[in-house]
Amino acid sequence: MRQTEVLVIGGGPAGLSAALEAASLGCDVTLVDSDLALGGQLIKQTHKFFGSKEERAGTRGFKISEMLLEELHGYKDKIKVHTNCTATGYYKEDGVISCVIGEEKYFRIQAKKIVMATGAQERLLPFPKNHLPGVYGAGAVQTLMNVYGVAPGEKVIMVGAGNIGLIVSYQLMQAGVEIAGIVEAMDKIGGYWVHAAKIRRMGVPIYLRHTIKEAIGDQIVKGAVIQEINDKFQPTGTEIKIDADIICMAVGLTPTCEILWQAGCKMIYVPQLCGHVAQRDMNMRTSHPDIWVAGDAAGIEEASAAMVEGRIAGVGVAKSLGHGNASEQAKRLEDYKGRIADLRGGEVGQKICQGLKVCTVNQWEV
Amino acid sequence: MNLIEKHPIIDFKHGKKVTFSFDGKEMEGFEGDPIAAALHANGVRIYRETPIKEQTRGFFCAIGKCSSCFMVVDGVPNVRTCVTPLKVGMRVETQRGKGVIAMDAE
Ligand SMILES: Cc1cc2nc3c(=O)[nH]c(=O)nc-3n(C[C@H](O)[C@H](O)[C@H](O)COP(=O)(O)OP(=O)(O)OC[C@H]3O[C@@H](n4cnc5c(N)ncnc54)[C@H](O)[C@@H]3O)c2cc1C
Repeated sequence: MRQTEVLVIGGGPAGLSAALEAASLGCDVTLVDSDLALGGQLIKQTHKFFGSKEERAGTRGFKISEMLLEELHGYKDKIKVHTNCTATGYYKEDGVISCVIGEEKYFRIQAKKIVMATGAQERLLPFPKNHLPGVYGAGAVQTLMNVYGVAPGEKVIMVGAGNIGLIVSYQLMQAGVEIAGIVEAMDKIGGYWVHAAKIRRMGVPIYLRHTIKEAIGDQIVKGAVIQEINDKFQPTGTEIKIDADIICMAVGLTPTCEILWQAGCKMIYVPQLCGHVAQRDMNMRTSHPDIWVAGDAAGIEEASAAMVEGRIAGVGVAKSLGHGNASEQAKRLEDYKGRIADLRGGEVGQKICQGLKVCTVNQWEV
Repeated sequence: MNLIEKHPIIDFKHGKKVTFSFDGKEMEGFEGDPIAAALHANGVRIYRETPIKEQTRGFFCAIGKCSSCFMVVDGVPNVRTCVTPLKVGMRVETQRGKGVIAMDAE
């Protein structure tokens, strides 16, 4: 059995920040990520990020990841990294986590404290033949084209006109792929104006108040039938058939929290955070005294917030292990909490704050 | 291979070119890239067939979560090809049904 002081599960912006913060205060950290490279969602993002200056707004996503990895390099002795390594389960009897390297090599690891930074999973819509090869998640499309340089297809139907749908459509066009149309159930575009403007300028048809009725194809996707819906989301009859080899689903994300359930953390459904999330205190500690949570796994938000939450969790973990001095910890926490409040100050942040009110406790009783 | 040649922002750095086989056919891919990405670059979209309805499945989540891209790799079934790195000489096969673990294969 392996031992570590702190186990961070997930090496996206939240997990990397948590590991760095904990290590900088003196913790010995093990970081595992199931992907082949660290960085989580960031390595697929080629656009310039929103957020605040401290959280590197205006920098392209994959560059932010490079900065975090450079910082990680400075902590080679304190942070042990395993990629292509998936945490598969939490055993309640002894608090041991099982992991698998690749597909066959299992090991067990016992940590004094755990930070769950597993990010999110994509949602899918129910429609006939949604299982056909060619119906891809937006994240998967980004992985193919932005990380591995493989064109996902020739002609794409994008489902969802939120930020992700708009950004991925634009990125597809940058990679030379045609967008047959963007389908959106609401009567207006949900994403930020700048992203929508870029798409409009390129002349892509946007079908508002439409949904996907079914995919067309026998073995693989050949197109889709889309249909107009009314304000009660009922189909009204006008159908349009569109040829395409990819149907890209950008209909939202939901937190990845299986291990939190397994560990018996108190979970609560919070629509504003896009699913079930762990209740947490102000320092991101869950109801389980040895488990913290950060980033999209704690509620779908943004990379900027994920990084600050990771930092907060990192300080929280170090504090509970007695690493670093109290005044330094307090100073850092105050700084990070100010930064995250700034990030959530805008209009979008209001929704997040409503959600957080429901799942945040002041402090767990001891 | 069907690769993105020109990109306004990204300068793709590919690994070493290696050969592998898919259902007995020889293909080329980059070492270390996920098997699923290498197959996609070779135009392969169908990765497995489901046990009961025998429906086709392919790439879907790309983060090792959804089971859609399970294939038989070097005789091992249910390999998440979206997070398994390609190696030279790998034998990749379409998975039909549940797959048989090596221990019971004979
Ligand atoms: C198209 C798009 C555009 C975006 N634009 C912006 C933007 O402009 N500004 C902004 O701030 N944010 C943006 N975001 C959001 C941002 O990318 C995410 O909020 C952020 O990446 C969340 O960070 P995270 O570390 O919580 O999760 P992730 O980045 O998802 O990382 C989670 C990591 O955990 C790993 N993992 C999961 N389960 C396990 C397990 N069991 N074992 C081991 N490892 C595991 C995964 O492999 C992954 O690497 C965008 C997202 C998308 C998809």
